[in-house]
Amino acid sequence: MSAEQGPSQAVPGSGTGGVRAEWPLYEVFVRGKRGLNHVHVGSLHAADDDMALRHARDVYTRRNEGVSIWVVQSKDIAASSPDEKDPMFAPSNDKVYRHPTFYEIPDNVPHM
Amino acid sequence: MTATDTAGTDPLQAGFDATIGHGDRIEPRDWMPEGYRRTLVRQVAQHAHSEIIGMQPEGSWIGRAPSLRRKAILLAKVQDEAGHGLYLYSACETLGVSRGELTEKLISGAQKYSSIFNYPTLTYADVGTIGWLVDGAAICNQVPLCRTSFGPYGRAMIRICKEESFHQRQGYELLMTMMRGTDEQRAMVQESVNRFWWPALMMFGPPDDESPNSAQSMAWGIKRNSNDDLRQRFVDMSVPQAQALGVTFPDPELRWNPERGHHDFGQPDWDEFMQVVKGNGPCNTQRIAHRRKAHEDGAWVREAATAYAAKQAAMATAGGAA
Repeated sequence: MSAEQGPSQAVPGSGTGGVRAEWPLYEVFVRGKRGLNHVHVGSLHAADDDMALRHARDVYTRRNEGVSIWVVQSKDIAASSPDEKDPMFAPSNDKVYRHPTFYEIPDNVPHM
Repeated sequence: MTATDTAGTDPLQAGFDATIGHGDRIEPRDWMPEGYRRTLVRQVAQHAHSEIIGMQPEGSWIGRAPSLRRKAILLAKVQDEAGHGLYLYSACETLGVSRGELTEKLISGAQKYSSIFNYPTLTYADVGTIGWLVDGAAICNQVPLCRTSFGPYGRAMIRICKEESFHQRQGYELLMTMMRGTDEQRAMVQESVNRFWWPALMMFGPPDDESPNSAQSMAWGIKRNSNDDLRQRFVDMSVPQAQALGVTFPDPELRWNPERGHHDFGQPDWDEFMQVVKGNGPCNTQRIAHRRKAHEDGAWVREAATAYAAKQAAMATAGGAA
């Protein structure tokens, strides 16, 4: 789901602060309202965690889109690689009995 | 090269083609043909730059807005444009280009932005006309892009489209208010519409038979509709809106064609379009110079924040060790 970007190459304090010196990349997760999970909404650059939260608030929640924000540096996210897709996700396809539709229940049994 | 011509030989290409064929989205960590990546970088970067440069024409009226209400609205709108630029830069970075590289290519002129923002905002009515026509044209372009084949681009477009509706409505309402005013105000609206109508039509890009990259972009699912189809849709949408507002469009050929079920309309001046794209529009130099200055003037802020973060991190490490 996340870790869409590769690790960013932060170069703190390097050079003149010109276009090449970049702040680290953060991934932003927003809880839309109470009772929902935090969901990945995008990314941004910030010098540190506090600034990342501040920027996330301005960029991703200008219209009450969230009640809570998580930010995490992209380089700290571990993600499954596309090559591992099959072994990683195959078990859920094998085990159809994990899904409620696997079980046939007569129509005259209510509330099930 | 088409999306399918190497299928069957290369499993990576075949997987990519199958994903596109199913109408599924390509995600950043998937394998993708280099041409697909390059085309997306160009399009998403150009789109992001347009949002960022697009702050300037309207931004110049923030200090001169006629009331606090209008000023607050305009501030919110220009802030949205910055946000849209950031969503799109974020999407573009998932394709493996850095933010710094994108900024550099904008201020060096290596990457383009929409030619519409190289026209000046001469009167306050232009704020309304841009919201109505320019953002209206942008909505026509952007709504189909919510289903574009590259996941992060489509998701950015969904966020943007939700906000564009406010932009268009505030512009139209501003013009309605002016049309209820004096003769001078009505004349100001009409004059503004006259100036922006043709550049708005140019926003959809050159005619289909002169748009060399369109076919490949459509095969890849990056583009969903042709330039001419979207332009027609925009004209058909705008005509009744103009009537309700009480303005006309400066096109003697514009009329309803009952056989086609669409409006016929004239062609924009494509020579002018090419000149503006090449950098010879009324404001190209000014727009880039302003962006460059803003970037350079902000250098000390970026440096200070980096130094502060490094200092805080060092203190946290020292505190943890003590």
